[in-house]
Amino acid sequence: MSLLSVRDLSVKFAMRDTHVTALNQISFDLERGERLGIVGESGAGKSITGFSLMNLLSAPGYISGGKIQFQGQDITGLSDTKMRSIRGNRMAMIFQDPMVTLNPVLTIGQQMVETLKAHRKLSKSEAEQIAITKLQQVYIPSPEERLNQYPHELSGGMRQRIVIAIALLLDPELIIADEPTTALDVTIQADIMELLLELCQSSKVGLILITHDLGVVSQMTDRTLVMYAGRIIEAGRTREIINDPQHPYTQGLINALPQQTAPGQRLKQIPGSMPTLTEVPKGCPFSPRCAFASEQCQTTPPEIVRHAHVEVACHEVNRLQGPELEGYTG
Amino acid sequence: MTDDAPLLELKGLEKRFELDQGFLETLKFRGGKFVREKRDVHAVNGVSLQVKRGDALCVVGESGCGKSTVARLIAGLLTPSAGEIHYEGTRIDDKSRRELMPMRKKMQMIFQNPYASLNPRMTIKQSLEEPVRYHSPSLTRGEVEAKVADVMQSVGVDPTWMGRYPHEFSGGQRQRIAIARALTVDPEFIIADEPISALDVSIQAQVLNLMLEAKEERGLTYLFITHDLSVVQHFGTQVAVLYLGVVCELSDTATLFENPKHPYTKALLSAVPQLSDDRPSHIRLKGEIPTPINLPQGCPFQSRCVSVNSRCMTDVPRPLMQPDGALVACHAVEEGRLTS
Amino acid sequence: MSILHPISQPSRWSRIKDSKVGYSFRSNPVAVASMAIFSIIVIMALLAPVIAPFDPYDPAQIDIMNSEYPPVWIDGADPSFLLGTDDQGRDLWSTILYGTRLSLMIGLCAVTLQAVLGISIGLISGYVGGRLDSLLMRMADIQLSFSTLMVAIIFLAVAQAMFGSETFNQYAIYFLIAVIGVSEWPQYARTVRATVLAEKKKEYVDSARVLGFGPMRIMVRHILPNSLSPIFVISTVQVANAIISEASLSFLGLGMPPSQPSLGSLISSGFDYIFSGSWWITAIPGVVLVVLVLVINLLGDWLRDVLNPKLNKG
Repeated sequence: MSLLSVRDLSVKFAMRDTHVTALNQISFDLERGERLGIVGESGAGKSITGFSLMNLLSAPGYISGGKIQFQGQDITGLSDTKMRSIRGNRMAMIFQDPMVTLNPVLTIGQQMVETLKAHRKLSKSEAEQIAITKLQQVYIPSPEERLNQYPHELSGGMRQRIVIAIALLLDPELIIADEPTTALDVTIQADIMELLLELCQSSKVGLILITHDLGVVSQMTDRTLVMYAGRIIEAGRTREIINDPQHPYTQGLINALPQQTAPGQRLKQIPGSMPTLTEVPKGCPFSPRCAFASEQCQTTPPEIVRHAHVEVACHEVNRLQGPELEGYTG
Repeated sequence: MTDDAPLLELKGLEKRFELDQGFLETLKFRGGKFVREKRDVHAVNGVSLQVKRGDALCVVGESGCGKSTVARLIAGLLTPSAGEIHYEGTRIDDKSRRELMPMRKKMQMIFQNPYASLNPRMTIKQSLEEPVRYHSPSLTRGEVEAKVADVMQSVGVDPTWMGRYPHEFSGGQRQRIAIARALTVDPEFIIADEPISALDVSIQAQVLNLMLEAKEERGLTYLFITHDLSVVQHFGTQVAVLYLGVVCELSDTATLFENPKHPYTKALLSAVPQLSDDRPSHIRLKGEIPTPINLPQGCPFQSRCVSVNSRCMTDVPRPLMQPDGALVACHAVEEGRLTS
Repeated sequence: MSILHPISQPSRWSRIKDSKVGYSFRSNPVAVASMAIFSIIVIMALLAPVIAPFDPYDPAQIDIMNSEYPPVWIDGADPSFLLGTDDQGRDLWSTILYGTRLSLMIGLCAVTLQAVLGISIGLISGYVGGRLDSLLMRMADIQLSFSTLMVAIIFLAVAQAMFGSETFNQYAIYFLIAVIGVSEWPQYARTVRATVLAEKKKEYVDSARVLGFGPMRIMVRHILPNSLSPIFVISTVQVANAIISEASLSFLGLGMPPSQPSLGSLISSGFDYIFSGSWWITAIPGVVLVVLVLVINLLGDWLRDVLNPKLNKG
C-alpha cells in the first residue's frame, strides 16, 4: 500500500457565473520515503495540489471529484476535526514564506510546545525537550535560547529551519513543501535543501516538493510531475525527465534555461504564456504555444501514454523523437 | 571624448540610511543614563565601478548586499552619502532635477515588479505617450502615436491593445510594456533592477531575448542587477559580485565563471542548483549574513569565510588586479592561501 | 454613482454593470435598496420647486390660520396638506422637500470644501514628507482635538453677534458650509496622506521619477488617481456627518433661519409643540433625516467593503 494515492483529483473554483477547473483529473502515487517533485509555472495548479492534499482548500475552491487516499484511508470527505488529527500529525506542510506559518506574537518555544500538546499528551518540559531535539536536527545553534525568541528576531534562513523543525515535530510520514526556498538566497537555499534531503532520507519521510526550479527538482527528488494549466502533462523518474523530456512543454522549459544556450545567444523561448483558468483551450492546453500542434491537439485533450520511460500526455509524442528536437526553438 | 572612456563611473560610492529618525528615537538608555545614539544601515560602502559603452555589467549578490541601492543611486532615486557618480565624464549625483532633464532621456530604469511599475489607472497608451510628450513637446499627436506604436511593435506587444489597462495583461506582457516605456525616450543606458525575477521560467527567456535584441539594435549599455547567476553568465559581459555593500570580485563574465577567486564567489557559484546534480553539492558557508547595521571591522565576509585569519579581522582587503584581469578584494587570494 | 449614469452609452453602461463593483452592487440587496431610497430622496429634493404644492419661502402662500393641521390620516386634517402643517401654517410636505434640498446642498458643498482642503494638504504632506509633513499633521491633530460642533458653535455665535441676526440669516448657508467644511478637513488629509505614503513606495512612482517628471505631475497624474478609493469611502461618511452637523447646528438655532428651514431647523421649530400634540412637525422631518443619513452610511459601508483591497481575493 502506497503512502499517498491520488486518483482523478479535480478541483474547481466557483466564480461569479461559472465554475472554473483548477485541477483536471490528476492521479499519482507516492511510496513511503519517496521524494516527488511537482514542477510548473505559476498558474499550473501545483500549489492547489498541495493545498487539496492537506484539505486546506478554502472557498471559492472545492474538490469536485476524485479520491485522495493517505495510507489507505480516503481523506477527501473527512470532517475538519478528523482531518486535523492527520494534518500536522502525519502530514505536514512547509510554505514559501515562513512568516505565514510562524505566529509573530508567540515565541518559537510556545509555538512548538503548543503544537506538540495539541496532538500528544505531554508535560511542558517533555514537550520542550522534544522541541530542542528537533531544533538540533535542523542544525540550529543554541536551541535552548531560540525557544525564547520571537520569529522577527531570526534571519530568513533560520526561520525556514524552524518551520521545518515544527513540521518534523510530530514525526510525520509526509511533508509537502511548497516553494520552501523561493524567498531565500541561493547559499541559504542550498543549505535548506540539503537539510531537507538529509531528514527525508534518514527518517524515511515522504516528500512532495512543489517548485518552479528544475535544478532543485533534479537535486532533490526521485520522481517528477510536470504540470501545465491544471493537468499533469509528464510524469516519471526525475533523471529521465530532465535528461530526455518527452512533452514539448517540458522540453521547452528545460531549453529555455540560460544554461542551455551559449552566452549572448538567443535563448530558446516558448512563445506566449500559460492560459488563465478561465481561458484554458479545449484540446491540449499547451497546443496554442506548441510548435508541433496538429489539428487533433486543438480539439481533443491528450490521454496520458507511456513513452520512452515516462508517462506523457501528448498526441504528437512519436513525432518529437530524434533530430526534430534540435529544430525546436519556438 | 575617446571611445574607451567609461560611460558610467562610480567612485567610492556610499549610502547610509538612518535607522533612528526622530530625535526621541535616537535617545537610548544605556548604563544608567540617557545617551544620544544614531544607528545607520550601511547599504553601500565604497563601490567603485566603470561601465563602458556597449557593455552589460551585471551586479550580483544576495538580498541585503546593496545591489538595488546601487541601481537606485545611479538612477537618481537616492542621493549618495559619499562618493561620486559620473556619466560621460560629468558628475551627476549633485545635480538638481531640472539640470538632470537631458540625462533622463539617456538613462532609463526597468523595475523588478511588472505588477507595480505601471500606473494601474492609466491605459497603456497614456503610460507610453506621457514620457514622449514630456521630453519632446514639439512632436505632433500623430508623431507621438507613431513613435509609441513603433516601440510597442519592437517589444512584441500588439499596438491595437493600447487602450487597455495594465491589469488586463500577463506579467510577461507587462514587463514588455515597462521596457517599452523606458525605450520611448530612446535611452542609451538602461538600469535593470531584477527585471526577470518576478517572471516564470518560460517568460524569463522571452524577456531576456527582448533585452538582448534591444541591446543589439539600439546599441544599449546595461547595468543589470540580479541574484540569478545563470542569467549573469548568459547576459553579462562584466560581473561585479557584491557582499554587504562592497565589491568583492569584479571581472569579465567568462573569467569569473571559469575561475572564480573570491571565496564568496566560489560559494555562490557552487550553490546554484544544476540540472545535472543528483543532490545538493555546494560549498557550505558557516553562519548567516551579518546585518548591515553593525559592520564588522576588517573584511565584511570574515564571519562566513572558510579561510579566515587574523588579518581578515582587522584589515579591509583592497581590490587587487589578478593576472587574468579580475579585481579581487581578499587577503587569502592576495597571500595565495586559497590554492585548493 | 453608476445607477445615475446616462443610458445613452449602452457599451459603457453594460461595462459598469458587469464590473466587479457593479456585480457586487447587484448582488447586495441592502446596497440596492439604499441606493434606490437615496436616489428617490435626491430626485425629489432636486425637483422640490416642481413637486411641492406650496412654496414655503413665499410669505404670501402662508396663512397662520392653517397652522398645526395634522397629517391626512389623522382626524381633523385638511386634505390639501398631505403631511399637515407646522406652527406657522406652512405645508409640511413642501417644507420637508425644500428643507431636504437645503440640507443635502449644505452637506455636499461642505464635503467638497473638506475634500479640496484635505486632499491637497494630504497629498503634499505625504509626498514631500519631512518637516512640512510634521507641521501639517500636527495642525491636523490640533484641529481634530476640537470637536466640530464646538468650533462651529463658537464661530457661528461670534458671527451672529458680529453681523447681527439679519445679515447672518441672509448668509447663513455660506457660514454653515464654511464652518463644517473647514473643521473636518483633517479626516481627508490623514486618509490621503496614509494612502500617498503607501503609493509613493510603488515602482510606478519611481519609474515616473526616473523619467524626470516633476513633483506636481507625479502627485496629480500618478498618485492621486490611485488614492481615490479611500477618498470615495470617506466622502460618503463625511456627507452623512455634514448633514447631521448642519441639522444639529440648526437645531441649536445657529444654522438656517426659520424662514428658510433646513431639516434641522424644521425639527427644532416643531420641538416646542411636541407635547401639545403636534408631534408630526418634529417627527416627520426627523424620520426623513434619519433615513437619509442611514442610507448614505449603508452605501458607504458597502463601498468600503467593495473597495477594500484586502477583501478582493483573486
